[in-house]
Amino acid sequence: MATFLLRRLGHSLLLLVLVSIIGFALLNLAPGGPLSQFALSPGMTQADLDRIAEQMGLNRPLPVQYLDWAGGLFFGDWGASFRDGRSVLSVISGHLFATLLLMAASTIISVGLGTLVGVLGATRRYSLFDQLATVGAMVALSIPTFWFGLVAIYVFALELGWLPAGNMYTIGDQSLGDYAIHLILPSVVLALVNVAIWSRYMRSAMLDVIGQDFVRTARAKGLRSQRVLWRHIIRNALIPMITLAGLQLPTLLSGALVTETVFTWPGMGRLFLDSLNYNDYPVVMGILMFTAILVLLGNLAADILVAAVDPRVRLE
Amino acid sequence: MIGNLTRRGMLKTGAAGLTMMISSGAAQRLSAQDGGGQVTIGFSQEPTVMNPHLPHIEVDEGIHFNLFDPLFTIRTDGSFQPALAREVPTVENGGISEDGLSWRVLLREGVTWHDGTPFTAEDVKFTLELQADPAFNAMRRTGHELVRNVQVVNDHEITWEMESPFAPYPSILAWTFIVPAHILGEADDPNTAPFNNSPVGTGAFQFGERVAGNYVMLEAYPDYWGEGPHLDRAIWRYIPDMTVLYTQFRTGDIDVIGLQGIPFDRLDQAEGLDDREIVIAPAATVESFTFNMERPQFKDPAVRQALYHALDKQTIIDAIYYGIPKPTETFLPLQSPYAKTDLETVEYSLDRAREILDEAGWVPGDDGIRVKDGVRLAFTNSTTAGNSVREQTQQFVQQDFADIGVEMTISNLPPAVMWGEYWMQSQFDSVIVGINFPTGADPDVSNYLHSSSISAQGGAGQNTWQYSNPRVDELLEEGGRLFVTDERKAIYDEVQQIVHDDLPFLPMFQYMNLRGHKTGLEGFDPNVNVRIETWNVAEWRWA
Repeated sequence: MATFLLRRLGHSLLLLVLVSIIGFALLNLAPGGPLSQFALSPGMTQADLDRIAEQMGLNRPLPVQYLDWAGGLFFGDWGASFRDGRSVLSVISGHLFATLLLMAASTIISVGLGTLVGVLGATRRYSLFDQLATVGAMVALSIPTFWFGLVAIYVFALELGWLPAGNMYTIGDQSLGDYAIHLILPSVVLALVNVAIWSRYMRSAMLDVIGQDFVRTARAKGLRSQRVLWRHIIRNALIPMITLAGLQLPTLLSGALVTETVFTWPGMGRLFLDSLNYNDYPVVMGILMFTAILVLLGNLAADILVAAVDPRVRLE
Repeated sequence: MIGNLTRRGMLKTGAAGLTMMISSGAAQRLSAQDGGGQVTIGFSQEPTVMNPHLPHIEVDEGIHFNLFDPLFTIRTDGSFQPALAREVPTVENGGISEDGLSWRVLLREGVTWHDGTPFTAEDVKFTLELQADPAFNAMRRTGHELVRNVQVVNDHEITWEMESPFAPYPSILAWTFIVPAHILGEADDPNTAPFNNSPVGTGAFQFGERVAGNYVMLEAYPDYWGEGPHLDRAIWRYIPDMTVLYTQFRTGDIDVIGLQGIPFDRLDQAEGLDDREIVIAPAATVESFTFNMERPQFKDPAVRQALYHALDKQTIIDAIYYGIPKPTETFLPLQSPYAKTDLETVEYSLDRAREILDEAGWVPGDDGIRVKDGVRLAFTNSTTAGNSVREQTQQFVQQDFADIGVEMTISNLPPAVMWGEYWMQSQFDSVIVGINFPTGADPDVSNYLHSSSISAQGGAGQNTWQYSNPRVDELLEEGGRLFVTDERKAIYDEVQQIVHDDLPFLPMFQYMNLRGHKTGLEGFDPNVNVRIETWNVAEWRWA
């Protein structure tokens, strides 16, 4: 286990360095830069732009800029945003709560509902429910979130007036109930697609197990079907879902761009897009590294969990 | 006005404002009598830069105007109104010397910063000197770099010299917000000072909080020296998507729809909304079809004239812009007292365009594209990729140009590339661009049209057309030295006439912004001389 962890750690560090070099190069080598947003301001001169570029350190050779940034990263200084001068870590942490809240709510809905629909669909294969669930999942997967979000706003906020049209809370209220009522539309809209995905995975994982010999043996020795379902089928079907959940962990924190945009939810997805649009290199790189670390951690956690629940798997 | 501070203080402590009613001027300025309340403004871009002198974009100015004051502000009619200065310095009142070199500004007394510290001439001196400080990442230095020898005469009087007379300087001062010497001046590094995220100003509102990616909240400053504020709170919400911005305006989540406003295709619907008032506000920006005059295709004036005749402005405005913007022949906003409104309207006529090209010796080649002296009349046109209305305009123009034997290829670029070196260093053939030419309300356009402003030729400005006309240079230099409005008018009339003849760019239309607010909100009054509609929230109130 210890050697496994050490080896994984070594691999992860190497990967992080590679990701940072590729990300930094792609970002900086792409033509254009953060100064273009000022170019059309009245009275702006080339001399002003050159001066600002120098102040921001953008006219240094790229390797120097990279080493400066990477060195800072190593010592916990992730740089400062070009947009408001705040440190990248505080910018990211400022958006983390919103994303976590939205993603947690929608994940609870989608995993709970998705697992249920998947299990029911697999145990009653080709029943009316299974058919409906299959078609429903295809429909949900095909509807663009953007469109679905706008329709939801139109119906529930504009026409019925039951729910707010967006935002995370009413400024000045911020009670638990206020958060909850703002959370309903975005989390349900976001969950819709994920319910479809989870139910499909769960269903096929169940079907894989249902056809196995040990299930037939369990039934043959006279176990009640409920017991077979819970003790033998679902337990085994959940193993691949752990890996899937590990892969999902980063998205939990990296946010849902479209949903966040439609519901003006101040999360990580929008932060990333805004930072890209403004060429806010330090923040873009910060989010990139943050997400890369999460992906590696998520995978690691999934591997360890699988080893813990599945005695056939050994970590070496 | 001086009694303002004490009056407000007394009102706050409940000591009744009776004594204050004596002065009639002050009676109108009472804010404690007003309904108060809050206003929520929706912006589709996020205000992030709270220090008005660091590089920023226009939405940031929407906050600066309410947190800070300049020496004097600019009203919607282009006139100056004293703010931190007691009067606007002019040659007539002796504030500016005849030669424009010596300035003397008397400052308002009884003004306090939001932390209670009195505002003095030291703050003005600090602000002016900060702009040219080599260690400070100032956004713009134009004008400020001419300031020499700033002297604090006393707490409420300041003088300085200009290295050379510079007539646009009052307009520049009108957007130069005074920042506190006792805070920013004491910081180790003004570029990264804590002030930049928790600003302290003299404005009608003080900084409340900013939740990144979400909103900025300002709170009424009860000891404000001037009119207002009549609201307890003003909130700028960041709503990145324009459809969502408009939807939240309809649902009432926001009281005011600010930049980028109501989409043009929703105007009819918006005007039918209950309890909402829609405001069609002119902006100073002029959209133009812009040439790189160093390209061989565009060196011949006949080509530029012919293309102007082939540019069907009115149809573009009607078909693509829902008829909302107004066609124009000049680069100054039509609301400016300096705008020359009697320029000849160039008629749309493909026949006339062909005739001009024929006369100039541009003959159609085998492929139908005209050629002269080995130069094919073909070029690219670029603008911001993804700007769908401009892309439609390009396709429309492309067809008309093809009809007269001109090949225009569309080559759009993402914004960060388009408005970087490609634009500044004149690497394009032609561009569709919106430019805010004047300096605030000042007609000085040297930065755009003087031949010393050509970046691609080592100049310092934004003359990306590479336009060079000695007479225009001469006029701009003269206009830049003159402080008398009537004489300046004649000069800029001539500049506009020459540019209209030379056509370094084909003016298309002046921008119109679609804004709106809930019925009952008073004081919302977009100002063509500033870049953002929330310049006067101090004057807003709920009826």
